Amino acid sequence: MDFYSSSSSTISAQEEPHVLAVDDNLIDRKLVEKLLKKSSCKVTTAENGLRALEYLGLGANQENSTNNNGSKVNMIITDYCMPGMTGYELLKKIKESSILKDVPVVIMSSENIPTRIDQCMEEGAQMFMLKPLKHSDVKRLRCQLMQC
Amino acid sequence: MEVGQLQRSFVEYMASLFREGFLDGQFSQLQQLQDDSNPEFVVEVVSLFFEDSERLLNDLTMALDQPNVDFKQVDAHVHQLKGSSSSVGAQRVKNCCVLFRNCCEEQNTEACLRCLQQIKQEYLLVKNKLQTLFELEQQIVAAGGAIPMVQ
Repeated sequence: MDFYSSSSSTISAQEEPHVLAVDDNLIDRKLVEKLLKKSSCKVTTAENGLRALEYLGLGANQENSTNNNGSKVNMIITDYCMPGMTGYELLKKIKESSILKDVPVVIMSSENIPTRIDQCMEEGAQMFMLKPLKHSDVKRLRCQLMQC
Repeated sequence: MEVGQLQRSFVEYMASLFREGFLDGQFSQLQQLQDDSNPEFVVEVVSLFFEDSERLLNDLTMALDQPNVDFKQVDAHVHQLKGSSSSVGAQRVKNCCVLFRNCCEEQNTEACLRCLQQIKQEYLLVKNKLQTLFELEQQIVAAGGAIPMVQ
């Protein structure tokens, strides 16, 4: 029998997935946090891409830090349109990281733009979701994450 | 007023807000998210929306008052307002934002100012309606009743 440690993206039914939610809009942050908590997720929020990267230990001056938040995060859900760093740019940074490249990243947007969606999916986004998010959207996402 | 009457008023008022387009399905989503662990959720989110909107409307007023209007900045503010209003279900405010963004694209200051006026009116209307709704809820609770769930 082979023994192997579970990857950060597979979670047993008893555990609460830890989700990092990134959105520059305060109302949307509160909403996505509530939606995720309602679906039994532990939630950390960040107001922009830079803060998200800092939390994950991928910030500019964190090369030798002992920040291992990244390994505890099971999913990242981010808004696309954010000042400074877009959700797409954040997605790219995560996928470039050897530690975090396998963490599923979901992109949210209020705009249904096919080229934008394709761009994100090609860069490795798990899913693209239209805002405003509904309870059924998050339930579906949670199910995917649990691979049920 | 007795509880039954208050509850009926509440249901009718809520129905009218949906019928008249002030609120859309997203507001129902907010209500469904409210539970015992967070019984004030809707009021909290709506309060944030009021604060955020008033700030953005002020920013928009100032931005459009400049001799050289920065339309990118104006559009950025409207985008935020559109997002917030959409997330709480304030449909008429959201629709105004959509029109506003078209005026920004055309870089038409006069049209933008008209849009801003329109949004301010719609915002004040929905704020008033929601405050009335919350007051009705408080009256029901004070009279010992439960707030009816309106689907």
